[in-house]
Amino acid sequence: MTAVVTTEGLGKRYRKGWALADCTLSIPAGHVVGLVGPNGAGKTTLLNLATGLLAPTAGTIEVLGGRPAAGPRQLAKVGYLAQDAPVYAGLSVADHLKLGARLNPGWDADLARDRVARLDLDPGQKAGALSGGQRAQLALTLAVAKRPELLILDEPVAALDPLARREFLSDLMETVAEQQVSVVLSSHLISDLERVCDYLIVLIASRVRIAGPVDELLSTHHLLTGSRRDPDRLPAGQEVISASHTDVQSTLLVRTADRILDPAWTVSEVSLEDLVLAYLSQDKSKRDPHRRQPHLRQHRHLEVQK
Amino acid sequence: MIWLTWRQFRAQAWTAFAVLAVAAVALAVTGPNLARMFDASGIAGCAARGDCESLTTAFLDQVGHNAPDNVLDHLSSWVLFAVPSLVGMFWGAPLVTRELETGSFRMVWNQSVTRTRWLAVKLALIGLASMATAGLLSLAFFWWSSPVERLSMQRMTPEWFGATGIVPVGYAAFAFAVGVTAGVLFRRTLPAMAVTLAVTVGAQAFMALWLRARLIAPLRVAAPLTDAVLNNFGLRPATGQFTVFTQGGAAIPGAWIISAPQTVTTPEHVASQACLTQLRQNLATPQACIASLARLHLKEVVTYEPLSRFWALQWYETAIFLGLALVLAAFCFWRGTRRG
Repeated sequence: MTAVVTTEGLGKRYRKGWALADCTLSIPAGHVVGLVGPNGAGKTTLLNLATGLLAPTAGTIEVLGGRPAAGPRQLAKVGYLAQDAPVYAGLSVADHLKLGARLNPGWDADLARDRVARLDLDPGQKAGALSGGQRAQLALTLAVAKRPELLILDEPVAALDPLARREFLSDLMETVAEQQVSVVLSSHLISDLERVCDYLIVLIASRVRIAGPVDELLSTHHLLTGSRRDPDRLPAGQEVISASHTDVQSTLLVRTADRILDPAWTVSEVSLEDLVLAYLSQDKSKRDPHRRQPHLRQHRHLEVQK
Repeated sequence: MIWLTWRQFRAQAWTAFAVLAVAAVALAVTGPNLARMFDASGIAGCAARGDCESLTTAFLDQVGHNAPDNVLDHLSSWVLFAVPSLVGMFWGAPLVTRELETGSFRMVWNQSVTRTRWLAVKLALIGLASMATAGLLSLAFFWWSSPVERLSMQRMTPEWFGATGIVPVGYAAFAFAVGVTAGVLFRRTLPAMAVTLAVTVGAQAFMALWLRARLIAPLRVAAPLTDAVLNNFGLRPATGQFTVFTQGGAAIPGAWIISAPQTVTTPEHVASQACLTQLRQNLATPQACIASLARLHLKEVVTYEPLSRFWALQWYETAIFLGLALVLAAFCFWRGTRRG
């Protein structure tokens, strides 16, 4: 599996502190990779490092085998749709296409023109007068028509209404299918990612908490419901991600490669959203000071090691 | 990249073009009239007739009373002093900050053009436009004012030196670079504009008031306070003494007099004391007193830069400001293209 982005102990420190620290990950090629995490997990910082907008304070990052933004060739290989889809408000849609054509040797003018026509963007309209959805589409057109090998999108739909969000994502999927381009897409909305991503990376406090193909993640996580019991007494190889208990009942989210054989459990499938939320809340409870007894920390640490 | 720079700069370029056009029309309409007035004044042949002084005074008076010429004369020099600051504030300062404030840098820096090239093209093109604007204005003003200038010979004075010749080009390049640098440092347009204005005006003032007189060591001359000089500057009886207020250098046409106006207080014991008493009692005329002062052979030391050094000083000063502009530009490359 070749990687489009590999980082090694990557860190970025601002005056206020580390926005990303000791991040080691590998993003495989040929996927639509969803990068999820709570606000402040370092998603945007990671993507800005990958596009070379930021330089790392520590560690290394390699994108498509090169240093981010090292030169025109490297820049041409990566398309970036930044958060809030920045465009030039005073320039028209047609101006933006011209800008793309002038600034990118690999510019695909037909693709750009077709996209603009298909999306009903008026070429004469100033970009500042476009709706949020149209602006995102225009910015995506700029990022796609330069024919990159890797397309990076930072919270592309966060500012869009549900309808525009759906349109944007389905258009993105179409484009990705046509172009054979690797995509990294960050979002804190898992439901959006569920529709488009086939690979997921959960980033919590700069660390990769879990990463893998979506179908594999779904097939190895199970929701177990049954009469109340201690989650520590599960068979080896079953990692409890989250547990909730009522007086009589326990609900566990368990990660295991094996099948669940215990007939006492009712096994149901997990949605991607439940899965991600379980990891996020696990991290939260981990940081909860009341739960920070030494044995418990050690216990969790072992879990992570497995 | 050139296209994008031009596309983003288009509106400002048209503004500059409009200002240039208005200035050109105003100067072109009044310029020939000024030249006609000069021809009609008969100064051209005055040397043979020996009436140059009176004709010159008359001509300059006429210009001073001719409203459009007088206004234009002063307005032009003000415009030429202001153009660099305006260029720095409105072209230089927003160059980078506007991209940062709107976030568009994240879009444009991810096209297949490196940041170094992006900045290089912008600095070069808009920097040249700044210099061209100042240069053309200066040229138009130089042409327009040449009849007056030939007589009043003011261009060495601080009020005019910075508004004529090639120094406006140096100022404009410098101010533009200051604007971009301030933008790179402060990352916000408004503070960058304020700093640009302060630094540009400060640099112009520093150059005019302090540095220029030190670029080439000024000449010194001990000019005798003759009848003629004293007549020119008069004589004021002050508290029991004669105090002669001189501006000096009247005998050095077109020179920039650097030494401060001096007051020469004649010693009490000299004959002039007697003259003062007589003047008070209306027993002597001021002329008689001046004559008695002149007999003292007082001298006034004048330091000055002669008119002949005009172009040498212009080149020095322009070179200094262009050099500073290049240093600032280099800083912008180092700082502005550094990531994060």
